[in-house]
This record gives sequence, C-alpha cells and structure tokens, in this order.
Amino acid sequence: MVRSRTGHPAPKVAEPAGAAVPAARHQRVRRPLAERARRRATPYLFIAAALVLLVVFTYVPVVSMFGYSLLDWDGLDPVSEFVGAGNYAELVTRPELFGVFTVSLYYFGGTVVQLAAALYFAAILSFKVRFRNFFKGVLFFPYLINGVAIGFIFLYVFKPDGVLDTLLGLLGVEDKPLWLGDRSVVNHSLTGVSIWRYFGLNLVLFLGAIQSIPAHLFEAAQMDGATRWQQFRHIIVPGIRPVIGLNLILGVSGALSVFEIPYIMTGGANGSATFVIQTVNTAFKYHKVGLASAMAVVLLALVLIVTWIQRRTIPDDTTELS
Amino acid sequence: MTTRARTQTTRARARTTPARARLAVTLKYASLAAGCLVAAVPLLVVFLASLKSEDELYGETPFAPPANWFNLDNYRTAFEEGQLVDAFVNTTIILVISLTGTVLIGSMAAYAVSRFDFRGRRLTMFLFLLAALVPGVTTQVATFQVVTGLGLFNTRWAAIALFTGTDIISIYIFLQFLRGIPRSVDEAAMLDGATHWKIYRTIILPLLKPAIVTVVIVKGVAVYNEFYIPFLYMPSRDLGVVSTSLFRFQGPTGTQWEVISAGIVITVIPTLIVFLALQRYIYNGFTRGATK
Repeated sequence: MVRSRTGHPAPKVAEPAGAAVPAARHQRVRRPLAERARRRATPYLFIAAALVLLVVFTYVPVVSMFGYSLLDWDGLDPVSEFVGAGNYAELVTRPELFGVFTVSLYYFGGTVVQLAAALYFAAILSFKVRFRNFFKGVLFFPYLINGVAIGFIFLYVFKPDGVLDTLLGLLGVEDKPLWLGDRSVVNHSLTGVSIWRYFGLNLVLFLGAIQSIPAHLFEAAQMDGATRWQQFRHIIVPGIRPVIGLNLILGVSGALSVFEIPYIMTGGANGSATFVIQTVNTAFKYHKVGLASAMAVVLLALVLIVTWIQRRTIPDDTTELS
Repeated sequence: MTTRARTQTTRARARTTPARARLAVTLKYASLAAGCLVAAVPLLVVFLASLKSEDELYGETPFAPPANWFNLDNYRTAFEEGQLVDAFVNTTIILVISLTGTVLIGSMAAYAVSRFDFRGRRLTMFLFLLAALVPGVTTQVATFQVVTGLGLFNTRWAAIALFTGTDIISIYIFLQFLRGIPRSVDEAAMLDGATHWKIYRTIILPLLKPAIVTVVIVKGVAVYNEFYIPFLYMPSRDLGVVSTSLFRFQGPTGTQWEVISAGIVITVIPTLIVFLALQRYIYNGFTRGATK
C-alpha cells in the first residue's frame, strides 16, 4: 500500500538484495533524505493547484464577506466605516429587504409541483412504453437550454396577445392577465418557467433511481397480481424515497437562492425580486457592499442550515431495498 | 393452490375490465403527449418566429407557419448585430481552458486524496466538502473584490478562473471513480520504478476516462449556460459569451422578436446537437453528477 510505503522510511539497511527488489529501491536507499522529502511533498504538489484556487475563490470571499458585512462601504472607496451589526439591524428592520423571502415560497411550491410531475412521468416511463426514449428526451431537453434563451423564450410566450394568450383564446378564455406585468400573477408565471426548466433533471434522476430498484421486486409483485398503482405505491415510492427527500430539500435551498430566471425576465420588477436579486442590486447597482454582504451572509447561513438538516434527516445510502 | 387461485382472480379481473385497461393506456399516452407539448411548444413557436418577417410576425398568430421556410434574414441580422461570432469564439476559448483545467486540477487533487496519506488530508477533505455547500451567487459580492484585486476584471481569465477554481463537484466525481480502481494497478507500476507523476499521467488519467466524460458534460453544459459570471465580470462587448451576447439582444434591437428568436435558436442548436449525439452519456452524467 502506498500509505505504508510513504509513511515509513526506507528500510534502514539494504535488504539482502534479492532478485525481486527493483531498481527504484536501490536508489531510495542510496539517497534516503532527498527521496523522503520528495515523497512527502508529492501529495501536496498534486493537490496544490486545487487548494490554492479553493482558498482564493471560495474561502477568501466567504471570510472577507463576513468582514465587509460589518462595514459601511461602497466597494470602491478606500475609506470605509465600521458599523458593527448595523447592517444586520437594517436588514431585519426594513421589511422591504427581508420580505422578499416570501417570493421564495412561490418557487418552493413550484418545486413540489415539479417533483410530483417528475415522479408521475418517471413512473410511467419506467414501465413499458412505446417511444420511451423520445418522450424522455423531449421532457428532459429543456434542462440543458441556456438560461437567457429560456428567459427570452418565455418573454415571447407571455407577451400580451402572444403564444399563451392565443392558446387560451382558443380555449375560450376571455380575461387574460398581464403574465409578467400584474403583481399578483408575475411570480406564478416565473415559477412556471422555473418548473419548465428544471423538471427534466428531476425526471431523469427519478428514472435512474427507479431503475436501480431490483427487477425481481416488480416481477414478484406482478406474479401476485399487483396493479400498476400498487407497484407504484408500494415499490417505487418507498424505493426512491431518499431521492425524493433529497430533491425536496434541495428545492428549499434552491427556492431561497432563485436568481437567473426573474433577473433575466423582469429584472425583479413588479414584486418579483428575490433575495439574491436584491443582494446583487444592493451591491452592484446601489454600491452598498456592506449591506449586501450582510444579506449574503444571512442567505449563506440559511442555506447551510437547510443543508445541515438534510444531512441529518436523509441517510446517505439510497438503497433501502435490495 | 392459493397461487393458482390468485392468478385466476387476476385473470378474471383483467378480463372483466378491458375498457378500464384501455382507458389507462389512453391516459398514459395522453399525459405523455401533453407533457411533450408543454416542453416543445415554446421552442417550436420561437423557431417559427425566427423564420418570419416583421410583418408576418405581428400580423398573424404565433402558430402560423412562416411564408418562406428558408428565410434566414433574421439569422444574418442576429449574427451581425449581436456579435454572435465573437460570442461563440469567446465561449469556446473559455470552455476549452476551463474544462481542461477542471479535469487536470480535479483529477490530480482526487489522486492525492485517494492514494496518499498526508498531514492535513482530512482537513483538506473537509474544506472541499464545506465549499461544495456554498452557493456561488451569494458570495459574488466578495468574490468581485478578489477578482478585481487580481486584475482579472474584464478579461476572459475572470470567467476561466472562477469556473476552474470553484468546481468541487468534479473532484468528488473523480474521487468516487478512483475508489473503484484497485490500488494494485498503480502499485505494480511503482514497483517498475515509475514516479507518481508518471503513474498519474499514464495509468490514472486514462483509467479515469469515463469520469472525465461525466465531468466534461456536466461542467460543459454549466459553463455554456452560465450567465451571471460573464455578465458581472466581463462587461465589455467584445468579451461577450453566448449568454451575455444573447442577453444584450433585449436592449439595442428593442423588441424585434424575429431577431431575438433567431438568436435564441442559434443558442439552442449547439445544445441540441450535443444532446442528440451524446444522449446516453448525458443522462448518465447528470445522474452521477447530481447525486453526489
């Protein structure tokens, strides 16, 4: 094992140089110090690049973010003022800053719908279906599309007298809201886009999980005359429950940090601003880096808490059956 | 006895409810078709719009076919006014360098962690694990200071450095895969006098090929689609990538939907080609990439 080989120094005395001892060993015995130093340095050399990048682009920002959150600073001025917890106080006391978290509720609701739909289609596609790959491909493909393209596609779909209005007109619907202009509708519309975008990934993940359920369980159930619904209820759902749970919790942190779709489509107008949009605007539009950092710290803390809950509640191994 | 009785009742049930069974099958395909329509119609109407002239687009319903299926005027306009050639060049440069960097740096790190026992190994693992939990967008406020401090602002290196430097998932994919490669493989090479570098290069890296495919797919899609990092760090027009150049269509061209639609289609086509060509790898890649 590599472990013992690097951990222990080379044998103090050259072993009776049997035929099996390779040349490398001889060298090591001859230059034990240089060799040992080099051997010890080896793993660090391999990991150095990754570690440097990790520190520079993840840990330095995270740590300095905590520092900035205690300052009143525009991000450019060399002068900044220490305000302690002032930014956090401002964050909690100004409802328009903290209130945007309610927008996340729409997206979390969307996640639930998305998971239910993905579960339904995954179950259907896991049984015998004609054109299975075609259906799977069409349903999955949106997930791969560029976010800006998706935003624009749905700006076109939602525009007044656009695709959606025309379709509803065909169905006889008279009153069509301004999908992105009406404060009471905009978040539903954007959540719909989000479902359209991410549904495919859930579908493929669920399908993969269902396929890893041992086939003999289905065979036995069929022999016992179980209906498809019974198989779904008693084999598929319990079989992939950890995957469902994991995706549900990922949905919580996802809903907290929604950004791209509303930023591209509305820029956060009409009450569609999410916490991340607000943070980004506070930092780069209003140049209040201190306050924005405090907001980012809060969001980071929330996401870490959610992840921690996930680690505690969902077991790591995803194979309960088999 | 009981088994036979049960199969008989099943058969009886199956026989008595052919109508129900047929209804179930109909519902199954109807819902699949409905799902596919929801997924495909937005893409199809945009494709139609990209082939229409301005008059056609505003005069008819979005579902009307274009007068000329080979009207490529909008595509020409999109390419010229949207600087899309530059965008594809920039995206390709960034993709190639960050993917190469991610694969090399990630696989080397995974090799170190899985094959050596060194001081600080556990701490390193923990740092990588913790970093994987930090959502990227939240820290941009402070990352911005680092990037400008390094003088990378408004250069392609800003995006390359961030794509390469904040990728932790790939290290996990490599680590998982390395666990499946028996150590005896590299030990045999070591007995032949190979250095660790040589073992990494000639044995580990080639064996990691399936993991590399996964990383390249998952990471490649993410980089091609990434909007905010190039938007924030590369505001210069000449440094536009596919996402940011498409985003700019909203401004100067007003709402010329026929041109924007062409821009959308140009953006989606490479994705579609890659998807059709690598379907199986893509499904596997995302299943593997997402669960860990």
